[in-house]
Amino acid sequence: MTHRDYSLLGEDARRAVETGLTAAEWYHTDVPRKEMKALMQRTDMPAIRDTIILYGSMIVFAAIGVALWPSWWSAPFWLAYGVLYGSAMDSRWHECGHGTAFRTKWMNDVVYQIASFMIMRNPATWRWSHARHHSETYIVGRDPEIAVMRPPALLKLILNFFGIVDVLTAVPRMVYNAFVGVHPSEKTFVPESEWPKVVRAARLHLAIYAATLLAALWMRSILPFMIIGLPRLYGAWHHVMTGLLQHGGLADNVVDHRLNSRTVLMNPISRFIYWNMNYHVEHHMFPMVPYHALLRLHDAIKHDLPAPNTSIADGFREMWPALMRQLRYEDYFVKRELPATAKPYREEFHAAA
Amino acid sequence: MAQWIDACATDDIDEEDLIRWDHAGHTYAIYHSPDGEFFCTDGQCTHEQVHLAGGLVMDYTIECPKHNGQFDYRTGEAMRPPVCVNLRTYPVKVEGARVWVEV
Repeated sequence: MTHRDYSLLGEDARRAVETGLTAAEWYHTDVPRKEMKALMQRTDMPAIRDTIILYGSMIVFAAIGVALWPSWWSAPFWLAYGVLYGSAMDSRWHECGHGTAFRTKWMNDVVYQIASFMIMRNPATWRWSHARHHSETYIVGRDPEIAVMRPPALLKLILNFFGIVDVLTAVPRMVYNAFVGVHPSEKTFVPESEWPKVVRAARLHLAIYAATLLAALWMRSILPFMIIGLPRLYGAWHHVMTGLLQHGGLADNVVDHRLNSRTVLMNPISRFIYWNMNYHVEHHMFPMVPYHALLRLHDAIKHDLPAPNTSIADGFREMWPALMRQLRYEDYFVKRELPATAKPYREEFHAAA
Repeated sequence: MAQWIDACATDDIDEEDLIRWDHAGHTYAIYHSPDGEFFCTDGQCTHEQVHLAGGLVMDYTIECPKHNGQFDYRTGEAMRPPVCVNLRTYPVKVEGARVWVEV
């Protein structure tokens, strides 16, 4: 059984480079150029509509929460606000980071900065970590965004449904970035020219939290933190639930997204919160396609992909037993059947490992 | 010494699109802008070695298909992270219905 070293400066990272895994060409389903061009086309309107609905709903829920505070009648409104803050911001950070949500660049940038603050991610660092996640998806020691390592740390996964691990990681790193600079592990994927941006963003975020703390002390109430900061904890569950399904229990160290990513059909509310990232194989294979075109992309290439999981519950039914088996045998993973119309999996690197 | 090479026909490339062009062991991207002009750059993204031919042309930018980095293909200027290094550009002329590139 292989023991995995997830450190970006560790043995598996070195081996991935040596064996050529990091330089390998990933599998892509053939899509005619005209069809792909149509799928990649950018437009502002869907994201403007969704952004108005999102931030408008947050303002309404927070206003009612404040008005009813400290009564327990405010709780449902905080829960709704929290999911939009602590979960929908994950997908907004993601899509606007790719620059695909809006056609207009400044719109992507504004939403990216706001979402990065709310989801407690340094906007400069995480732009680069996500680029690495796409270059080397679930390559052990190279991908800085592996959510479920092997063997799975179940307690951490469960705590993270309340954002606890993320926040306990993010806050010290924010302080480190603000006062010391870029962390050595971050220097492996953030170019030196971007380091000042990392520090500036950390200082800005820290200043906003400091102002929130001052407001809370002045009001002698946690109410300011109910609006800023705490929703990253009490609203995180949805993005953790959907995020685990992206790659959990599937193969690592392969160069075929059909082996290491999962597409899950979901209800419309979850798809709004998640901005269609449930079509995750499709997104990884073609990151140029904006969220609003992923359903069309799915229809165009589903003949070449494993059948999607039919619901969130179905996804967990597949993933959770696999995680349990990985506790005892970390080489185990779920390998799903391809339809007869699909090209075979590319798994030469996995076989070699 | 640089010389003009007959690279492709003007109607080989749709407006607001690009094609890959390989010549003498090097790979290039040739663009057809929305106002009918032609341009040429190196074919590989300067961030990671991914060919830009699968990318998206929007107005005067080319977006890399791997990480969504953007360049102005007229000047090669890196416009959007994760690209930081400019793309090399090459002179282009159109004669008749042919696109010529000086390489």
